[in-house]
Amino acid sequence: MRGDDWNETVEITTGKSTEVSRREFLQLAGAGLFIFFATDPTAISQEPSRLAGRPSYPTDFNAYLRIGDDGRVTCFVGKVELGQGSKTALAQLAAEELDVSLDAVDMIMGDTDLCPWDMGTFGSLTIRQFGPVLRGAAAEARAVLLQMSADYLRLPSVEGLQVKDGVVTWAKDERKRVSYAKVVEGKRIERHLEKVPVKLVSAFAVIGKAPRRKDALEKVTGTARYAADMTLPGTLHARILRPPAHGATLKDVDATAAEKIPGVRVIRDNDLIAVLHEQPDIADRALGLMRAQFEPAKRGEDQRTIFDHLVKAAPPLQMVDEKGSLADGEKLATRVVEETYFNSYVAHAAMETHSAVATIEDGKLTVWASTQTPFPVRQQVAQAVGLAPENVRVITPYVGGGFGGKSASRQAVEAARLAKITGRPVQVVFDRAEEFFYDTFRPAAVVKIRSGMDAAGKLLLWDYRVYGAGEREAKQFYDIPHQRTQSSGGWGGGNPAGLHPFAVGPWRAPSVNTNTFARESHIDTIASKLGRDPIEFRLAHLSDARMRRVVQAATGQFGWKPAPAPSGRGVGLACAIYLGTYVAAVAEVAVNKNTGNVDVKRVVCAQDQGVTVNPDGSRQQIEGSITMGLGYSLTEEVRFKDGAVLDRNFDTYQIPRFSWLPKIETILIDNPETPASGCGEPPIVTMGAVLANAIFDATGKRLRQLPMTPERLRRLTLVTTTGSEARGD
Amino acid sequence: MRRNISFTLNDKPVELVVDDDRMLLWVLRYDLGLTGTKFGCGEALCGSCTVIVDKDAVRSCVTPIRDVARKHVLTIEGLSAEGRLHPIQEAFLNHHAFQCGYCTSGMILSAYALLLKGAHATRAEVIQHMDGNLCRCGSHTRIVDAILEAAGAPKGGD
Repeated sequence: MRGDDWNETVEITTGKSTEVSRREFLQLAGAGLFIFFATDPTAISQEPSRLAGRPSYPTDFNAYLRIGDDGRVTCFVGKVELGQGSKTALAQLAAEELDVSLDAVDMIMGDTDLCPWDMGTFGSLTIRQFGPVLRGAAAEARAVLLQMSADYLRLPSVEGLQVKDGVVTWAKDERKRVSYAKVVEGKRIERHLEKVPVKLVSAFAVIGKAPRRKDALEKVTGTARYAADMTLPGTLHARILRPPAHGATLKDVDATAAEKIPGVRVIRDNDLIAVLHEQPDIADRALGLMRAQFEPAKRGEDQRTIFDHLVKAAPPLQMVDEKGSLADGEKLATRVVEETYFNSYVAHAAMETHSAVATIEDGKLTVWASTQTPFPVRQQVAQAVGLAPENVRVITPYVGGGFGGKSASRQAVEAARLAKITGRPVQVVFDRAEEFFYDTFRPAAVVKIRSGMDAAGKLLLWDYRVYGAGEREAKQFYDIPHQRTQSSGGWGGGNPAGLHPFAVGPWRAPSVNTNTFARESHIDTIASKLGRDPIEFRLAHLSDARMRRVVQAATGQFGWKPAPAPSGRGVGLACAIYLGTYVAAVAEVAVNKNTGNVDVKRVVCAQDQGVTVNPDGSRQQIEGSITMGLGYSLTEEVRFKDGAVLDRNFDTYQIPRFSWLPKIETILIDNPETPASGCGEPPIVTMGAVLANAIFDATGKRLRQLPMTPERLRRLTLVTTTGSEARGD
Repeated sequence: MRRNISFTLNDKPVELVVDDDRMLLWVLRYDLGLTGTKFGCGEALCGSCTVIVDKDAVRSCVTPIRDVARKHVLTIEGLSAEGRLHPIQEAFLNHHAFQCGYCTSGMILSAYALLLKGAHATRAEVIQHMDGNLCRCGSHTRIVDAILEAAGAPKGGD
């Protein structure tokens, strides 16, 4: 940093190619100090090069901070607030490094005109990946502001300057003081972040605290706006004709009856047939009067036949990890255990269905969309309506839950197409049946495990094959000398056509719910066969100190008394690593053997996520993960047949309710020396196995398929044979 | 049938000419502009659209507008009087009893109906009363704690 540039209006710090666009950008953005930074170089390079011509942004950053002459700090970032609290946590990071109050920080998120390009909000990446760079940017801003303050106060250097609430004071003479607002007045200064040291953990004043969430007041007063709340004058509400099944094709449609309703307009644009009215309920009524005939879909799989199909139709297995030699392991093993695990399709089922409002004015299309990926959506919308991307603006207001399901945003494209055709604002809000039908489900999956141990009960062979779920965290973390992990297919694309009967995609902690269910259930199976306490057996094969610590923290708080399963007590543990975060959960259940109902009484969860930015926010995420995880473990399963999705609403698709609630205890491991990793997903991955293990401990019967519905449990507890390969279906 | 319907909405008189079989949810959101009441399922299965009619929590997505004629309707927008939050809102705020916030209006109004029946609900009563309100983010424990606080119950009391 040079100290002699302060009087320049604009300082260009990077190459010529971006100079013009920066100047244009700054004209739009007003006075102040700007710090541009990249959240992740790989993320930047993913922006399609043809978008680089967008006038307002250079391509070498994807977020920036502004310290304005009103003293406010504004962070512009393409991430969105899905409920995970990032609006608050990110503002805390900026406030911490800048020494301003949290109230002085505004977050502008998910607006493609105001924020630089961002790939989307998913994978617990917001804090883990974006957090460190935002802190660096704020630290850089503080350094620049201190130098400017020293100049303003006519001090020889920044030495002795202190900052509190955005006011810089000289320690030696407190009359020498100036605010950030004052020093940037009438200036436009720009910095591109290279590398700046950030505060030491011991100096944190804002990070690690739990202030009131920035979205709190709006959310308890009903003033928080979601996409469907953008009511524009003259809006038409669209209901769209949907096929009865994936793969069904429209043969004929008669709109006569629908069009008789006053004010109804029917639009047919290639594959898109929509009924529009100024009132959504009247549009819906008119849709019900459309007479459509469909060619049925071909016969296909259902939720029972899908597993054989998955293994048969899966692409070749890919190597994920390999150590030692399986052949040696086989030779050394005196005992071998084989099991197969099954996981079902599950829906995201966010309370807000996919919603969008689109309007075109003067050739510019604006779409308010409930989406996790505003920038990719801009691209899709632009393509669909034949506009240049710079003439499409996607604005993401509060999103009513995502969990991975709002990466796909078909509704935004449909609203945009209809707005273009009608020339009026158009709102598309999925009803619950559409939400299930077009959801990108968590894929069903099969996991085959073959493990072996020596006479002393030491695990030395591990052969793990996962079909359908994906390879994330499939890799083994227990100490086993001879092991191989392979994966076929997954949630992220690249599957052969027809592998899944509908779209699949990321679902909170993709791949890892399945991989943890299989691994941690199987480890329990082995421990039980050896007559060993499941915790003692795990610790005997765990040298990773962070993993040992979360296991010991959770069992310690739970008050675990060692005993081999099944002990009849209904207790169990599962542990996992999720993208750098370590998590262990202990559960206690009661199983009604007559009804098959599982009452989860208590869950203790210990998590090591490195630095904790906001402990209360982290606890919210852990509680939420545990509660949500009850669903995929016990009831949630999408039923389908021949391309039709049979679950259409919450009557048959049962998500967790108040009456299911266990007592939840969370332990955040104090680990400030490790950078922050994600906290919004890890605990949910333990839920399948921790409940399966606790149910086994209670009943002596193990279900190898999720969800562990009362029906499956009844069948399992009533059969007299052990049914070692039974999956309860 | 299209006819004149009048009712009280958040303490103010409202008069509408409307098809009387239209559901209250749509009239509130799009005829009257009160978007704090949310659509979630359309079949009274999730509680996102909960409002108070006279003293009861009802699902506005299945309540024909004719059913509220001459009655008092309270929505989330009417709960805080003159800029002051209702104690149940304060409790939700203090406990951070929400994440995405989409179910929150319905949660708060369902809880309000419970409080109207008399204070000091037990934890078991709160859980039973709220069981039809769904939350996907998993804020349930905080919601129960917030309602108990607003009901004046001792912490963890059952």
